[in-house]
Amino acid sequence: MADTSSAPANAGGGRPSVGLFVTCLVDLFRPSVGFAAIKLIEAAGCRVSVPATQTCCGQPAYNSGDRKDARAIAENVIATFEPYDYVVVPSGSCGGMLKTHYADLFTGDEAWSARVAAFSAKTFELISFLVDVRGMTHVDASFAGAVTYHDACSGLRELGVKNQPRRLLKSVEGLKLVELKDADVCCGFGGTFCVKYPDISNAIVERKATAVAESGAGTLLAGDLGCLMNMAGKLQREGKAVHTRHIAEVLAGMTDEPAIGEVER
Amino acid sequence: MVAITSPAFKANAKAALADPQLQKALNHVRAGFIAKRAAAVDALPEFDALRDSARDIKNHTLANLDLYLEAYEEKVTETGGHVHYAETAGEARGLILSICQKAGARTVTKGKSMVAEEIELNEHLEAAGIEAVETDLGEYIIQLRHEPPSHIIAPAVHLTQGQIEADFRRVHTHLDPKRDLSEARELLAEARGILRQRFLEADVGITGANFLIAETGTSVIVTNEGNGDLTQILPRVHIVLASIEKVVPTLEDVSQILRVLARSATGQEMSTYTTFSTGPRRRDDPDGPDEYHVVILDNGRSDMLGSQFQDMLRCIRCAACMNHCPVYQEVGGHAYGWVYPGPMGAVLTPQLIGIDKAGNLPNASTFCGRCEAVCPMRIPLPNMMRHWREREFERHLQPVTYRTGLGVWAFLARRPRLYQFAMGIAMRVLGNLGHRRGRFRALPLAGGWTKYRDLPAPAGKTFQEQWKEKQRALAGRET
Repeated sequence: MADTSSAPANAGGGRPSVGLFVTCLVDLFRPSVGFAAIKLIEAAGCRVSVPATQTCCGQPAYNSGDRKDARAIAENVIATFEPYDYVVVPSGSCGGMLKTHYADLFTGDEAWSARVAAFSAKTFELISFLVDVRGMTHVDASFAGAVTYHDACSGLRELGVKNQPRRLLKSVEGLKLVELKDADVCCGFGGTFCVKYPDISNAIVERKATAVAESGAGTLLAGDLGCLMNMAGKLQREGKAVHTRHIAEVLAGMTDEPAIGEVER
Repeated sequence: MVAITSPAFKANAKAALADPQLQKALNHVRAGFIAKRAAAVDALPEFDALRDSARDIKNHTLANLDLYLEAYEEKVTETGGHVHYAETAGEARGLILSICQKAGARTVTKGKSMVAEEIELNEHLEAAGIEAVETDLGEYIIQLRHEPPSHIIAPAVHLTQGQIEADFRRVHTHLDPKRDLSEARELLAEARGILRQRFLEADVGITGANFLIAETGTSVIVTNEGNGDLTQILPRVHIVLASIEKVVPTLEDVSQILRVLARSATGQEMSTYTTFSTGPRRRDDPDGPDEYHVVILDNGRSDMLGSQFQDMLRCIRCAACMNHCPVYQEVGGHAYGWVYPGPMGAVLTPQLIGIDKAGNLPNASTFCGRCEAVCPMRIPLPNMMRHWREREFERHLQPVTYRTGLGVWAFLARRPRLYQFAMGIAMRVLGNLGHRRGRFRALPLAGGWTKYRDLPAPAGKTFQEQWKEKQRALAGRET
């Protein structure tokens, strides 16, 4: 079972310690993704801790041009996760922020540069951590039906998450993976973009929802909760009968919880 | 004057989304350019290595730009041409007008040039009584419509064939109403028939330049219609209009960059015509102009050297960024409200017209990163858009509500205990409200979201709360 959040990180008899960066959206909107992530990381032979002093990766501030707040948040994240062997994030977008963009916030700051570099080197998006770092080739899960998968932008283009999720999905018993047309095209979420430019965001997600419906799959998966909430919200507004889930829920075999935006019936 | 409508980007975009003709035309961007580029790139295993080399060539040039411009000028002068520097758009217009007037020009033919759009050259020539004739088919069409281009290599991409046919019938009054113009090639033949005469009449030909070669004093243009050749060879005077960053050191450098240019732009290995011109006609040349002028425009670009935006000066105007941009694909180029649209425009335009006017452009991006992924010159476009947002933030240019919201959120995000307490309450309230349906169709303060999509309701208890409960239960069982 997982360590408690206050337990020392490096006392686990050879099993590497992982600090889970929950992400704000998973924390607030869909805790089941966090529990699915923990189950998968443990299945990959690691001990998981969830530091209590985390909030958000700082991306809303960073992408709004507010470097000062972004930097303050980044300092807290880096310090919080220093005790762990790895930092794992169930999101390509937040993962990309932690792994590739934090360095930019500390440019020219010698006191921090080594700490930032070490932090970046040990930080991974969940699925790429399981496959690339832990060598996971299959999961012990089953799911009846056809699913399609959207490549969320930051995971795909900043972190190279593309084949790893497909590989693990193919090992899920009973699951049929149908490729989505233009799977690598943005869903129109874009963080604050979707509320700053709602008309354009809507046009983009409308196209995505059409492609999802045309895939014929009953379930849509992706690795980023922001994109998932955007696509689920559009599919539901249009009355399309597609369920939307974070990929970790399916890989962990934790699909009892209603899909995103749905209730138990 | 072409009005700058960038501040009205949101309204422009809304109108564009509601324009059925435009939406039909924009399908060409989505359907055409992307697949062709992908096929061309797949067929060239060394494409990524060529991108690196193209980036390095431009970086080296930009680091020594003054030297290469000087070397270029020296070579042009040696070959009998003249180089003129213009710091501003007004200076460039003045220089060109005076060359035209000295030549007694009444008609000027033009090859496609985005820099000419930038300095609004046609309007100023017309005001001085000189007729400017666009000879690129797309440019010719939008000139008939008195519109600016909506794309940097396909200026009329916002139009359907039906619209173009209607324009031809409106302006080409000699046309037999029974003549069939339903095929694209018929439209082309009609334009070509008109333009042939204009090429022969022209006193001055003005072209842009894709490259200026320092080693030889040569200017290079790539076209697919051959109109550029006729523009620069037939008239007595040839004026090349280019911006400072177009210079590259050698012929070899140009051939490297050409290998990524057309592939990125149209998916061709090479454009149909790649034309090199060096100086005026020599004694034993069969044709060519008597006078050869090069007007080199700065217009704020040298301020980008040594700044966070220097990398933008590597741009070779292939348009791959806008072709692959989900925002451009939905709203087209005119919504951006000035000459340069899409991701490259979102970085360049604020530099040229000011971030106070162009603030929407670097904000209207999802940061999906596809522009950077396809850019042949490896320009970090999203990062530079973010730098513009930083300038906006520093100058308090963002809307007050947005800034305030961000400030409150950041205050909480920097205080984990307070954050978790406040969010715990907020999520409990929202969770209760959304409990029955699992989602919201409308929610105060979330109108931007719920106008078009449902908002999934939170679970009620945050992950952190649930996690702590589980840990406590576990500890209780163990003791």
